[in-house]
Amino acid sequence: MSVLVIAEHDNTSIKDATLSTIAAATQIGGDITILVAGENCTEAASKASQINGVSKVLKADDSSLSHGLAENLAPLIAEAVKANGFTSVLAPGSTFGKNILPRVSALLDVQQLTDIIAVESADTFKRPIYGGQAIATVKSSDTIKVLTVRATAFDKVAAEGGSAPIEDLSGASDSGLSSFVGQELSQSERPELTSAGIVVSGGRGVGSSDDFKIIEGLADKLGAALGASRAAVDSGYISNDHQVGQTGKVVAPELYIAVGISGAIQHLAGMKDSKVIVAINKDEEAPIFQVADYGLVADLFDAVPELTGKL
Amino acid sequence: MSMKILVPVKRVIDYNVKVRVKSDNSGVETANVKMSMNPFDEIAVEEAVRLKEAGKASEIIAVSIGPSQCQETLRTAMAIGADSGILIETDDMIEPLTVAKLLKAVVDEQSPDLVIMGKQAIDDDSNQTGQMLAALLGWGQATFAGKVELEDGSAKVTRELDGGLETISVKTPCIITTDLRLNEPRYASLPNIMKAKKKPLETKSPADYGVDIASRIEVLKVEEPPKREGGVKVADVDELVDKLKNEAKVI
Repeated sequence: MSVLVIAEHDNTSIKDATLSTIAAATQIGGDITILVAGENCTEAASKASQINGVSKVLKADDSSLSHGLAENLAPLIAEAVKANGFTSVLAPGSTFGKNILPRVSALLDVQQLTDIIAVESADTFKRPIYGGQAIATVKSSDTIKVLTVRATAFDKVAAEGGSAPIEDLSGASDSGLSSFVGQELSQSERPELTSAGIVVSGGRGVGSSDDFKIIEGLADKLGAALGASRAAVDSGYISNDHQVGQTGKVVAPELYIAVGISGAIQHLAGMKDSKVIVAINKDEEAPIFQVADYGLVADLFDAVPELTGKL
Repeated sequence: MSMKILVPVKRVIDYNVKVRVKSDNSGVETANVKMSMNPFDEIAVEEAVRLKEAGKASEIIAVSIGPSQCQETLRTAMAIGADSGILIETDDMIEPLTVAKLLKAVVDEQSPDLVIMGKQAIDDDSNQTGQMLAALLGWGQATFAGKVELEDGSAKVTRELDGGLETISVKTPCIITTDLRLNEPRYASLPNIMKAKKKPLETKSPADYGVDIASRIEVLKVEEPPKREGGVKVADVDELVDKLKNEAKVI
């Protein structure tokens, strides 16, 4: 058995979700190869080679791979899988992995499994369905297993301690089907939502984008990432990349503070695996209190500034 | 520029239903449960209709795969503004790769210039079919679309990524998968619901397209997620700070 893990990286560093994906690969067993595909990605490849438990790094460095376009990346991965006889292909269950991997899976004629949260054996996995309202145990009969991994369900492997050889992977080319135009990445000093130790989220109860500053103040005091419910995003209080829930990001920090969030099923799907949940809401009947370890029934406009002041 | 658009739509348990796991752990309860069009697919239909209203598309075909009740889902799509429907009728569980193969056959037959579809269905949460269809057709893909602008021979699509927004240009024909904020689907008016009943709806079977629908994935069991117990209510901010510092030890 041998596993290929597709690294998510920014050409200089490896994203944390990749380390969780490698943890899942370790549970499957066999040699683990990491693919670092990008442009001028030598530094990222070198960091990948230091990850604990990695046997080999494949580096594909080409201008056609600079923005992770699926049309260029997927055939390269599919060919590498065939040429090296990998029996499993894993990628983080991020927007990066979810864009690329199904395209690889179809090229290999494999039925992919999305967002696995547990490895039962080399062919049997657990994954959430219906926004986490049920957990399915599924067995794949495909010769090659193609899997995206929910990063929050696996503890990251150590980023250091390894010294795997780096090999160049050639064959990249521009499909001509798509091109990168531009990006607007969220500029934030705050930690990334999906890997933060503490997340502070605001909901519809916050009432306006101006008032969201109260939530931001608490987040900054705690060094926390900033989250939001879908209702807050739909109301235009904050941008969609902060959304936590079935249709947004799934987080599982040490501490999750939900402020002015009622606790719709769709939101709970994105945060209920947090270690400690705090809810602050003036409606004592709000469903969020049913999952909160500590509930405070209070007006958030009084309680949150007071909390920020006392921390 | 006058495009033909194909919009695949899936019938799923309604977004607002609390899903119950069957007592024998074979799946989730679907008997007597409200079913609706997958919300992401509704956004796809709406986007296609807006393109038609803007004079950029001339024809919208909705396609669904599943039991005969999917006719209702197709009628809903036609009430929003699709011109016709195709139902590939089957009572079997169809996996995303098989759906993509069936849709490829429909594309080969109908030759659309654009396929707009939901990024994922809210039942199996797979988020695969659009990307797979793009691979099988050798077309470009623009997934998780938050904004779509059609240009001559290409589509400029702003995609919603974990870390922000990205804009790409994809040659047409291509696949676009919708994210939540692409648009807000309209409610179908009563006259349009009546009109939809008269629009053409064709029924086919997977065998008509020569696609093998055998499953690759066996569902061994379906369980409730571990239940989270509610904790305590604290009286005030001071007690909360004390609990977080001294009991939970998380700050």
